[in-house]
Amino acid sequence: MLKIADKTFTSRLFLGTGKFPSNQSLKEALAAAETEIVTVALRRVDLNSPQEDILAAIDRSKYLLLPNTSGARTAEEAVRLARLARAGGAGNWLKLEVTPDPNYLLPDPIETLKAAEILVKEGFIVLPYINADPVLAKRLADVGTAAVMPLGSPIGSHQGLKTKEAITIIIEQANIPVVLDAGLGAPSHAAEAMEMGADAVLVNTAIAIASNPAKMAEAFKLAVIAGRQAYELGLKTPTTQASASSPLTGFLR
Amino acid sequence: MTSQEEVRSILQIERLSLADFESLLSDSATEIIEELAQKAQRLTQKHFGKTMQFYAPIYLSNECNNQCVYCGFNSKVSGQRVSLSVEQAVAEAKVLAQMGFRHILLVSGEKKDVVSVDYLKRLVFQLRDLFASISIEIYPMSEYDYKELLAAGVDGLTVYQEVYDREIYEKVHPAGPKSDYNFRFETPERGGRAGFYKINIGYLLGLGDWQSETLALAKHAQYLQKKFWQSQISISFPRLKGSRVSDLQLTQMICALRIFLPKVGLVLSTREPAELRDNLIPLGITQMSAASRTSPGAYSQDEPATEQFAISDQRSLTEVAAAIVKKGYEPVYKDWDRVYIETAAIDS
Repeated sequence: MLKIADKTFTSRLFLGTGKFPSNQSLKEALAAAETEIVTVALRRVDLNSPQEDILAAIDRSKYLLLPNTSGARTAEEAVRLARLARAGGAGNWLKLEVTPDPNYLLPDPIETLKAAEILVKEGFIVLPYINADPVLAKRLADVGTAAVMPLGSPIGSHQGLKTKEAITIIIEQANIPVVLDAGLGAPSHAAEAMEMGADAVLVNTAIAIASNPAKMAEAFKLAVIAGRQAYELGLKTPTTQASASSPLTGFLR
Repeated sequence: MTSQEEVRSILQIERLSLADFESLLSDSATEIIEELAQKAQRLTQKHFGKTMQFYAPIYLSNECNNQCVYCGFNSKVSGQRVSLSVEQAVAEAKVLAQMGFRHILLVSGEKKDVVSVDYLKRLVFQLRDLFASISIEIYPMSEYDYKELLAAGVDGLTVYQEVYDREIYEKVHPAGPKSDYNFRFETPERGGRAGFYKINIGYLLGLGDWQSETLALAKHAQYLQKKFWQSQISISFPRLKGSRVSDLQLTQMICALRIFLPKVGLVLSTREPAELRDNLIPLGITQMSAASRTSPGAYSQDEPATEQFAISDQRSLTEVAAAIVKKGYEPVYKDWDRVYIETAAIDS
């Protein structure tokens, strides 16, 4: 079971909700993924016309809503957005994203840490989106975030775990859940992250723009289960060295 | 001369040089437009998904001190000149909000004493609760004025160079403040320094040679992307009626820009006919206007004033949204939030 803050989850696959061709296809993908945590960009939420809104596709009795602050350029903007969302009834779980660059949507480490510190104090359950920086991950844990969400590669890039070495260190040192976020373009990428010991993964674009989002969501679900199971059983580290045929310590016998 | 094979090899590269981009505008590239379109679609979906953002223009005034030879607001053209009061503009806005628009673009001619910074601020204060995103497409201003408007709640700036070729620029802008090429060219720069979240540029298709103009536009966009790395840069394709630029060339331009600048926003207005717009949805366009009226007061009043240009796609927002859904895309009404901006208190 995955435990984040005071909640436990069976599923280790989080879904992002942007970029889907329709609310209906989003709904089907959420069901097929058997996900329990769903992130929504607050910028897309429109409380003035609920019937058109993206929130209409998300049954909050089934899924934990994880609103995100994507598009915020500074800590101040992210904090403002988070407060408003909570006041509007979006709950106190938050995926903190401070992404000042609209092109690669890479997170600003300095502003993210600042915002996390403020929001944790205000009672938010904060899951920050970060670059794969082990020291930053520790700093965020120190200020009380409920998890860290390092990226595998830039959002929407489908490049998989380009940051593998740093992710390994983050997982090794973590005392809070590590959720691999962004860049996972294929189920094999998700399986790889889970085999490495990530606690969960978040997938969006690869499912949203697939020719059949529900089927792709199912494929990711299976990959996450497979990867986790292998991790729990313990994988043998691949080795390139042959064992020496004449033992080095034979003289001791 | 670029060969088809060279174009094909460029389509295999991930990061293109400006020279590669130029090859995508060549005649050889025209011959394999389908291959360009396929790549443009893949890149667009990766970054923007299968979505289309809606916006609508509100024309505030058709009074203008310029004499742009191609424009319906040219001060030498006779016609009914109207400037909306703040109350009248709000009435227009309410019609658009009622239709479902959440992103709007305020447009006017160059009449600084009428559409003043103060007027715009008072208007924006009243529009803030109706819309998630407010952009302006008015005359070029100073960085100081842009900062004032940003603080009031304007998040985006649209300004077209009209034509990058200096000689043609001078010819088509014979008088008025707009005849200053450099001041106009530096406008997106002032907007970027002021801190606008979105900067939209373009040129009028049909004034100059489309290939050299598109090359200049791409350079300009790339420069702005690097310099104002926190602003979303987007590009529009305003094509003059009866323009020499064909549908094929427009399509090639859209695909080539998408391939060169995969993360840039690409905007298509109702100047273009419905059928062409629908066909361009899956090729790289990320934002569309709908149900537009291009004269001040036209949404809420019965008597039409002079239009800036005649629109082609006359469909309602609901009809355009249905066409987008039919193409397998999700119409997006809101993708921005006022809350990002620390807006000044309402002092009026």
